[in-house]
Amino acid sequence: MITIADIVSNLNSSVLAGSDKLQRPVKGAYASDLLSDVMGKAREGELWITMQTHKNIIAVASLKDLSAILIVNGGKPDEDTLATAQSEGVVILGTEARSFSTCGRLYKLMEGDALV
Amino acid sequence: MKFEYLIEGGDFIRAGHASSDIKKILNQLNLDPAIVRRIAVSMYEAEVNVVAHAFRGVMKVNINPERILVLVEDEGPGIPDIAQAMQEGYSTASDKVREMGFGAGMGLSNMKKNTDILDIHSAINRGTVVKMTTFTKSGAS
Ligand SMILES: Nc1ncnc2c1ncn2[C@@H]1O[C@H](COP(=O)(O)OP(=O)(O)OP(=O)(O)O)[C@@H](O)[C@H]1O
Ligand SMILES: [Mg+2]
Repeated sequence: MITIADIVSNLNSSVLAGSDKLQRPVKGAYASDLLSDVMGKAREGELWITMQTHKNIIAVASLKDLSAILIVNGGKPDEDTLATAQSEGVVILGTEARSFSTCGRLYKLMEGDALV
Repeated sequence: MKFEYLIEGGDFIRAGHASSDIKKILNQLNLDPAIVRRIAVSMYEAEVNVVAHAFRGVMKVNINPERILVLVEDEGPGIPDIAQAMQEGYSTASDKVREMGFGAGMGLSNMKKNTDILDIHSAINRGTVVKMTTFTKSGAS
């Protein structure tokens, strides 16, 4: 199973919070910008791909035990949000790339794992 | 064990605070992580609904070995038609709230799916009471 570190090195993304937790496994991924959709459909241990940057993404990721958040389109949460992520143990990655290409590259990277 | 949290309408910065706090407490009790996650999801949705749709509210959590009881009472506009509100996709969320990624109209159905017993009462122009019961052992009911 791939880890967050594999995603950082293969997807041209940077670590915005939680740099001490990059060995965490990534079991799959879910892409959505609607918080209650993620609450309902994302699974434990998955990576969440979104363009949302406001503070509530931390609660969603931590309540659902998601592996990490990957913010696309160069979006950056504010300092307060990043500090909260760090203290709650939530990993946030960022990429300049858009959602579609990010998902495509990630899918290729994970194809060996049982994707559902 | 009993816990109580105040929830302020419109305060999206703090939304989820009560749920996160309770989740930490539940994790310390060595409950099945899957059950803790279900409770976390339903609590969060109820908490955010107060923030997004009501003026203020209080969340009371009562934990005993057999079940977790979450009671969320708010002062607010109330829900005129609960059956309609329960439908996935139905939302009266404002544009501002939708921009933040809320307003998919899935919160109530997430609560339904993630609790063993969901009970909602509402009075128009007064407020809404949401009662959620989750049993600690899957299968028990
Ligand atoms: N506590 C409440 N007070 C008043 N109205 C409510 C309350 N909770 C829910 N509603 C009404 O029920 C609708 C559906 O709620 P639901 O949680 O399913 O979706 P939402 O909050 O609009 O969006 P989402 O939860 O997907 O972000 C709301 O749009 C609102 O009209
Ligand atoms: Mg809702």
